[in-house]
Amino acid sequence: MFKRFANLQWKAFFRSSSLGKSLTLKIIMIFFGIYMLACLIMMGVGLFFILEKAFPDVDPMLKVSEYFLYWILGELALRFFMQKLPVMDIKPLLLMPIKKDSIVHYILGRSAFSFYNFIALFLFVPFAIVLMIKGYPTLNVLVWLFAVACISLSLNFLNFIINKNDKVLIGLLTILIAFYAVDYFQMYPIKEQIGKLFHQLYSNPIWALIPLTIAIITYYVNYRFLRNKIYLDASIKEKVKEAKTSELGWTKRFGSIAPFLQLDLKLIWRNKRTKTQVFLSLAMILYGLFFYSQDMYGSTSSIFAFVGIFITGIFMVNFGQFIPAWDSEYYNMLMAQNIPMRNYLDSKAGLIYVSIVVMFLLSIPYVYFGWEALAINFACAIYNLGVNVPVVLFFGSKNKKRIDLQKSALGNMQGTSATQFLILLPLMVAPCLLYFVLKFFISFEVALAVLTLFGIIGFAFRNKILDKITTIYRIKKYGMIAGFSEKNN
Amino acid sequence: MISVKNLTKKYGSQVVLNLENLEIPKGQSFGLVGNNGAGKTTFFSLLLDLIQPTSGSIESNGISVSESEEWKTFTSSFIDESFLISYLTPEEYFYFIGELRGRNKADVNALLSNFEDFFHGEILGQKKYLRDLSKGNQKKAGIVASFIGDPEVVVLDEPFANLDPTTQIRLKAIIKDLAAQKGVTVLVSSHDLMHVTEVCERIVVLNKGEIVKDIQTSAKTLRELESFFGAKISSGEEE
Repeated sequence: MFKRFANLQWKAFFRSSSLGKSLTLKIIMIFFGIYMLACLIMMGVGLFFILEKAFPDVDPMLKVSEYFLYWILGELALRFFMQKLPVMDIKPLLLMPIKKDSIVHYILGRSAFSFYNFIALFLFVPFAIVLMIKGYPTLNVLVWLFAVACISLSLNFLNFIINKNDKVLIGLLTILIAFYAVDYFQMYPIKEQIGKLFHQLYSNPIWALIPLTIAIITYYVNYRFLRNKIYLDASIKEKVKEAKTSELGWTKRFGSIAPFLQLDLKLIWRNKRTKTQVFLSLAMILYGLFFYSQDMYGSTSSIFAFVGIFITGIFMVNFGQFIPAWDSEYYNMLMAQNIPMRNYLDSKAGLIYVSIVVMFLLSIPYVYFGWEALAINFACAIYNLGVNVPVVLFFGSKNKKRIDLQKSALGNMQGTSATQFLILLPLMVAPCLLYFVLKFFISFEVALAVLTLFGIIGFAFRNKILDKITTIYRIKKYGMIAGFSEKNN
Repeated sequence: MISVKNLTKKYGSQVVLNLENLEIPKGQSFGLVGNNGAGKTTFFSLLLDLIQPTSGSIESNGISVSESEEWKTFTSSFIDESFLISYLTPEEYFYFIGELRGRNKADVNALLSNFEDFFHGEILGQKKYLRDLSKGNQKKAGIVASFIGDPEVVVLDEPFANLDPTTQIRLKAIIKDLAAQKGVTVLVSSHDLMHVTEVCERIVVLNKGEIVKDIQTSAKTLRELESFFGAKISSGEEE
């Protein structure tokens, strides 16, 4: 039965209409995966020696146990964002002589072979080998390894139970930060205490039964949950939230783009994926902290140009590059209606302009790190307004992949293709390069001035540029309609 | 009103539509029937400039459909549920279409009041998004939306499919009234020979992309169509 299901899923993947593109994407992801595993192996081998050097006189095994809690929370967070929940189209199977139990066991069992379950192993198996070579008792080490594998599996199933529930995520993050703060301010030696607990897994192998039990329990909870859902009306039982009709009368002052503006605002607010994008973009304002707080960059380092473009343009990139695919579900209708394409694009461009301004205003506090940071962000914002918005809209015209608005944004790769990676070159690399060259050969002030100038010129000519882009959208209309009607993937 | 000349559509080497000549006068209720793959939806997609013809052209009121966009001001359509904006409530959707066609809320409300019976109280004032309505109700909303803005040409692809009996009967009356009283050119495709015979004054039968029958509807039409489609099957079996 397992083989039969695996066969079905294999065929589904290889026969999907967007195989070519998704294959390239998968190959890219596989390379990333291999790279990450190689890093983990090296880290695993080196972990012992690093810990010995960093904390002399302390048993490295003890240190690992102390930090193990953070490892668990970190792995859980990674899985929460990136791991796809096991999904299988069960409708056609419900009428066949296939036991519902088999379906559930297959789905859960297959998830046990997911890449994420091997991350912990790739790190800790080399570590364990080093331990054994260094003379630690073999049985204890092996049992500890087994316990770690069970914990990893438990996290796997725990992640499914959490099921992308945002509240739980926030709860976990708060716990993580709270623990870290308690340790940092030395109020209570949490790390030590919990470390002793995990160390028991190693010193008293019998404790390994606990992770094993937890793994079994989480598996069983998932099994029960899924088993109850294998009915056609499983999704109907979910409550239908009451819909609010919104007027958005204030948009009328924008004239002919008003109906599209209203539509876009409702699009963003009423659909999971776009709504999450907005929150993610706002959260990304904190991205700058990583860079500004590092002392190794000078105050005018080129990396800050990247940060400036990124922070002020995050919504532009996330939302802009998938225009018009956001409307892919009803693109047919829009094209058959008497809509002026220019107004349609104007409304979208307008939203992006607003987002750039808002993100810039939110980034003003970064002046704490020096006025240069503020100046760079300002120049980058103007550059985004004038140059990058048309660039993003231009790349958007190459979109042919349908997007399902109802699916969540986290880890959602729908609509993505190699274009999404290519677009980064002109969008982010080009201005950084420009900035770097000008700053190196002439001066920091000139670099900023040139970026700002390009932005102003672009913005001044935006009508002409948008007209050209409108023509491109018209030409690409048939390809888009055909592509958007393909529902798979 | 609508004039088709040497229109062909090929996918690779397969010809899915080949219409040498077709004229649809203004105000006619026009029915298109055919088996699956006959080319009905292809024809409508070409008429609405959603796909490009391999050769030939369609003119609507003298305007070439693929070269200008002027025809969109007087043409309205509902092809399938992809014409609905799922995250809007029905009211918002009607007002949006109204705005695109230059009608304000009052105009749209006036039009909608004619369809209270048709809606059966299930569409307006429901506080539900279109995506949460049943398929039949979604279709009802889409069809009525195509009447907004006093269009001169209305294109409906298989409007009777998946509608409940009461709605089907009401829809037939609506379409007949639209063509007869208001001079709107209505194009309807259907798999139901009875409906099409009752509603349309002219019926064209497509088979494998070509016109095989072009009838002015009369009392004998239904039997004529039935024997045509019935005969096809039996002759196929003999071969």
